Amino acid sequence: MTPGSDKLVDRHISWLLGSLALVTAPHIERLPWWITLLVVTLFAWRAYLALYDLRLPHKWLLMLIAIGALGGIYITYGRILGRDSGVALLIVMLALKLMEMATLRDAMILIFIAYFLVITNFLYSQSIPTTVFMLIAMWAITSTMVGFQFRQRQPGYRYQLRFAGIMLLQSTPLMLVLFVLFPRMQGPLWGMPQDALASATGLSEEMSPGSVSSLLLSDAVAFRVTFESAIPPATQQLYWRGPVMWDFDGYTWTAPRVPYPTPRPFDALDNEVAYSVTVEPHGKRWLFALDLPLRTPARASMTSDFQILFQSPLTNRLRYDMLSTLRYRDRSELPRYEMQRALRLPGDGNPRARAMAADMRKRTVDDRAYINMVLAMFRNDNFSYTTTPPLLRADPVDEFLLSTRAGYCEHYASAFTFLMRAGGVPARVVTGYQGGEFNTFSNYMIVRQADAHAWSEVWLKDSGWTRVDPTAAVSPARVQTGVAAAVPQNEQLPLMLRGEYRWLHGARLTWDLLANSWNQLVLGYTMDNQRQLMQRIGISDATWQTLVIVMMLTTGVVTLALALLLLLSFRRSRPDPVIAAYARFCRRLANRGVTRHPSEGPDAFCKRAAAIRPEIAAAIGSISRLYVHLRYGREAGSDEINELKRAVAVFRA
Amino acid sequence: MTGSTSSRAATFLSQLTTPFRGLRSIVERWLFQFGNPLTATIVLVQRRIFILPSRYGLLFMCAVLMMLTGSINYNLSLGFILTFLLASLGVSAILHTFRNLARLKISPGKVTPVFAGDVARFTLLIDNPTYLERYSIGVTLHRRESVYIDVPGRQSISVGVPLVTTRRGVLPAGRFTVFTQFPLGLCYAWAYADFDVECLVYPRPEAGRVPLPLADSNDGGGVTRGAGQEDFAGLRSYQPGDSPRHIAWKAAARGETLLTKQFSGRADLELWLDWRHTPEHMGVEERLSRLARWVIDAHGSTLNFGLRLPGLTLAAASGHAQRERCLEALALFKAETQ
Repeated sequence: MTPGSDKLVDRHISWLLGSLALVTAPHIERLPWWITLLVVTLFAWRAYLALYDLRLPHKWLLMLIAIGALGGIYITYGRILGRDSGVALLIVMLALKLMEMATLRDAMILIFIAYFLVITNFLYSQSIPTTVFMLIAMWAITSTMVGFQFRQRQPGYRYQLRFAGIMLLQSTPLMLVLFVLFPRMQGPLWGMPQDALASATGLSEEMSPGSVSSLLLSDAVAFRVTFESAIPPATQQLYWRGPVMWDFDGYTWTAPRVPYPTPRPFDALDNEVAYSVTVEPHGKRWLFALDLPLRTPARASMTSDFQILFQSPLTNRLRYDMLSTLRYRDRSELPRYEMQRALRLPGDGNPRARAMAADMRKRTVDDRAYINMVLAMFRNDNFSYTTTPPLLRADPVDEFLLSTRAGYCEHYASAFTFLMRAGGVPARVVTGYQGGEFNTFSNYMIVRQADAHAWSEVWLKDSGWTRVDPTAAVSPARVQTGVAAAVPQNEQLPLMLRGEYRWLHGARLTWDLLANSWNQLVLGYTMDNQRQLMQRIGISDATWQTLVIVMMLTTGVVTLALALLLLLSFRRSRPDPVIAAYARFCRRLANRGVTRHPSEGPDAFCKRAAAIRPEIAAAIGSISRLYVHLRYGREAGSDEINELKRAVAVFRA
Repeated sequence: MTGSTSSRAATFLSQLTTPFRGLRSIVERWLFQFGNPLTATIVLVQRRIFILPSRYGLLFMCAVLMMLTGSINYNLSLGFILTFLLASLGVSAILHTFRNLARLKISPGKVTPVFAGDVARFTLLIDNPTYLERYSIGVTLHRRESVYIDVPGRQSISVGVPLVTTRRGVLPAGRFTVFTQFPLGLCYAWAYADFDVECLVYPRPEAGRVPLPLADSNDGGGVTRGAGQEDFAGLRSYQPGDSPRHIAWKAAARGETLLTKQFSGRADLELWLDWRHTPEHMGVEERLSRLARWVIDAHGSTLNFGLRLPGLTLAAASGHAQRERCLEALALFKAETQ
């Protein structure tokens, strides 16, 4: 189309640099230092060139930098097309494009790249603060774009910001319609880059000394639970079951690679507990439920050791309804292969623990007595519970039981299970979470990574798999009130986990409530929610076609409403005070026969009017000069506007 | 050989597309509702305004589509929000761009004649009857150079649209395009204004100094003495071609430079600018150029002057009106079959 004046001026460049810096800033902490350095240098260089009106660097130089950066990215990330490397590439491209930006066309392309960069931020965080920051960035970019379009007068940055802000606000209703009604799909269109969930923390399929305690320092939320009944179960009953470990190599426990599929039958001995869980994406397949789950959520399966596995690794927040029983009994036989696996120990290693087990076994009559003796040892023989256990090397169980005697839950679970197997009692390690913090503001429970826990299960003839938590023997407070009470005061814990700073604690819970609602309403909005919404407006079993039709209709209505609003604003908007004052001045002169011709500029009219009415030439001159200055000059202050108003008010033609 | 083939091919092609060109003009006529040119005001009502995405708009759409695919793939709820916010921003940009033109009143203004080769300025008067300030309204003729203007609320602004002239005669403005891309540059809204305005293009005055035909000649041209006496008005430096009768010989005898006597002509002194005084070997346009030069110079002096063209005689007079009259006659002169 018609090019018009496509030249970039300093004002455009400074706006662009500012808003691009705003978009790039949140990425800086994730970028390698050399990209940060490169980008900051290029930004500064471009600003310098604009300031002194210098020529842009040669294409070849930029090409050289581009190739170098591409190689650097490949070396740093080991790939080009991943999430992190892709973002790095985008940022380098943006900075280089800035260096060859000469026309409005280049600037517009930069604007579009900037919009893209805003979205990439959400690959890392979708929290409320990130969202607010990104909306501000988007406002800045849009204002920059509006600024490009002023071809004659520059109404100043305030007007620019206001205009872009109003446009964004006017676009919000339509955005909401599209957000709610645009048909959502399940799963990715193509594979996620492998590094998409690299930073997710959580349990793993292995447990070695120190692996659970490393989670203690993370106050990240693992999942949130809403109980159906008003009174949730007592904290010491809240064992959130996760991966179950069967195999021990002397140091590390591992979960079976291929779990046995069918869950064992059992008798529930207690009332059912109904609740729903919203689990944060952790990149693994486990879903968490209270011991023992009675139901399998949709698109998930249950293994024979009661792990719930989702169909694919969790890349999104997932909400599911659960039913559990807290007391249970299993009177069936343990299959031979399970029995063998639950008794297996490495051929050698930890000899003193084996000897200890043999000795204790000889002194006890049955399995229960043996278990109680081991627990009594933990309770009475100077064992302690600590978040900073001493390092264990070869024969870790020996070392733990006989010399260090200080450990976190995984040390106790590991040693206990070892002793059980060595004593001929089938046993396995269960990892998961224990306890949780109740948010009294909204009756839901927050389970954090710091609540990660490990315990044991032993097979007893009359009750089947039975949970034994050796940590509870050492530190009853751990399971009754949580980690904070169990850990000695001088040891490190996430901020505020201990419950000091009462008001801060309250603020934290309020914030989590907000974050939770955000997660449920906005981030967790899925196909299922859409179906429910359609049902509420009377469309049962809505297909995506129905959604598209409803979306189109609503979009039409909302757009029409916006169009009406905009056309009505012709009448509503107030005239510029400067223009109004000048118009009054012209009317006064017109009443005395000195009429301004429509095509007559203010300067020309001033000369003519002054010639016709020399006796008031001074007033005409000063008003005209003030008007021209306010309207066509640089940014005008409110003082000058008031001065013009006053001058016109006292003007008598 | 090749040249003739290619030219034949071009002819053939143009013959082939001719009916389509006709079709295109029919479609345009129907779509844009071209009618006869108007002299009155055009109000930009809804059916007069057309709107399409600009090339930036197309690029923007591509970017939004890419963001949408990304959001679906990563199932990014906030990605959806941002993508949809941008899409909605695009929709409101359409409405805003449309609004920026809506209700404006366009009327033609005066056009000052120019000399061939100069830039004619067709004035349009853009009246904004609403309170809303309109930014960056562009006006262009034949999609060439655009002029941008802001029209504040309740004001009229006149804008001169430049068009380079090449030949003398009458230059019709053709179709004005009033357009805008404000506020985001993503949409291009435009309206056509067909006004019956034209610019009078005078012949380009011959460059250099061409002396006025002051000399008496046999065919009764040049300055003719009327009934009254001539009033000596002053001296100016001699230019080649000045009549020897007007040279101040006395002053020359004193050794000063050659000076020509100037006479203030009242009704009694007439200068005739005659087609026949221009050299016959010159072409029609060159002769008109010389006459135009003479008209300007004659107007610069204070002489009464008249113009004689084949088939047209303008009585001698002086002043601005006479100059315009003569130049207009030259501009509109149609050479008879020679």
